[in-house]
Amino acid sequence: MATSSTTPSGAADALALDKPRAPKRPAARRSNFELYSWLFMRISGALLVVLVLGHLFIMNILDGGVHRINFAFVAGRWASPFWQFWDLSMLWLAQIHGGNGVRTIINDYARKETTRFWLKIVLYISMVLILAVGTFVIFTFDPNIPAT
Amino acid sequence: MSTAVSDNDTSSGPQQAGPKPPPVPEGSRTVTLKIQRFNPEFDEEPRWESYDVPALSTDRLLNLLHYVKWYLDGTLAFRRSCAHGVCGSDAMQINGVNRLACKVLMKDMLAPQGKPTVITIAPIKGLPVQKDLYVDMEPFFEAFKAIKPYLITYGNEPSKERIQSPADRERFDDTTKCILCACCTTSCPVYWADGSYFGPAAIVNAHRFIFDSRDQGAEERLDILNDAEGVWRCRTTFNCTDACPRGIQVTKAIQEVKRALLFKRV
Repeated sequence: MATSSTTPSGAADALALDKPRAPKRPAARRSNFELYSWLFMRISGALLVVLVLGHLFIMNILDGGVHRINFAFVAGRWASPFWQFWDLSMLWLAQIHGGNGVRTIINDYARKETTRFWLKIVLYISMVLILAVGTFVIFTFDPNIPAT
Repeated sequence: MSTAVSDNDTSSGPQQAGPKPPPVPEGSRTVTLKIQRFNPEFDEEPRWESYDVPALSTDRLLNLLHYVKWYLDGTLAFRRSCAHGVCGSDAMQINGVNRLACKVLMKDMLAPQGKPTVITIAPIKGLPVQKDLYVDMEPFFEAFKAIKPYLITYGNEPSKERIQSPADRERFDDTTKCILCACCTTSCPVYWADGSYFGPAAIVNAHRFIFDSRDQGAEERLDILNDAEGVWRCRTTFNCTDACPRGIQVTKAIQEVKRALLFKRV
């Protein structure tokens, strides 16, 4: 009986195993972030099918398509709040949808924690910049730019 | 759980032939097995070696591996135990897909008459190779243990057995078939790239308890699988479903766990 008392601690040492293959496993995040990002991808994807196909149809096929696009055409469209809202939602949904997709790709393929971190920083900065510039243009677009 | 068939007689030199091979049976054809070899004591990198083995169309691939082991090169190491597709020891990558060597029949592998048959065999990917075809399964079982693969109940024990209707039993029937061979997990590209993902096999075994009407630990397990390394990493490539030697609809089980998380309902 007494002789076996050393075995449990010895066995415990031997069984101090690494978590699945990764050198160290991050503490489990008890949040629904991944759930919501997964859900967002589905919903935004469905909306983007309508928004992007509609956009492509108007820009490339309807009424002579791409040949009639010029400054006046864009100005005319953005005079309507409907098309402003259309383009704004397309910008935000596509940017976050695509950005989230790239985030998961970085998570899947980056081998080192530092690579992962910096790639994501670059991604987030570019996302914020594009969203900010795009939103700024849509809201402050002035059709009467003085010719210089 | 499994028997490692490793070299037990190295005294007569490397590459030694074992006992004299039995006479080649009538109607057999020569098959080339191209096997990925790795000996941690000598090799820096895995290398490929080819063996010509006589095969009958009634053979399983495992018979051919035994032929190599017993008569051609006793240093070949691979796992096998029951050899009948039940224990799940001999999972390996055969012609690029994960299969159990004991369930692969030569009649499906032989090239048309007159053409040479070459079968490529490599260890399952994503787990550290220890020697030749056997890998360290411990990370795989670690993920399995992490999802609490046992009955969890609260309150008083029932005085008789825990009753379950056939319909309730049917709910998780598919995922009870898992033999933990690791074919699915080691066919998953997400697992290859990032081994901290739980992997299909762990999720299948969580599914088996989450959807069991007698079990009360569903919430705990769903919470574990809601992790950043849990079900949301699945990209539905269906490699796991394709690899499963038991025909479990693995991707479907993963999707059902996602749905349970999404709608907070089992």
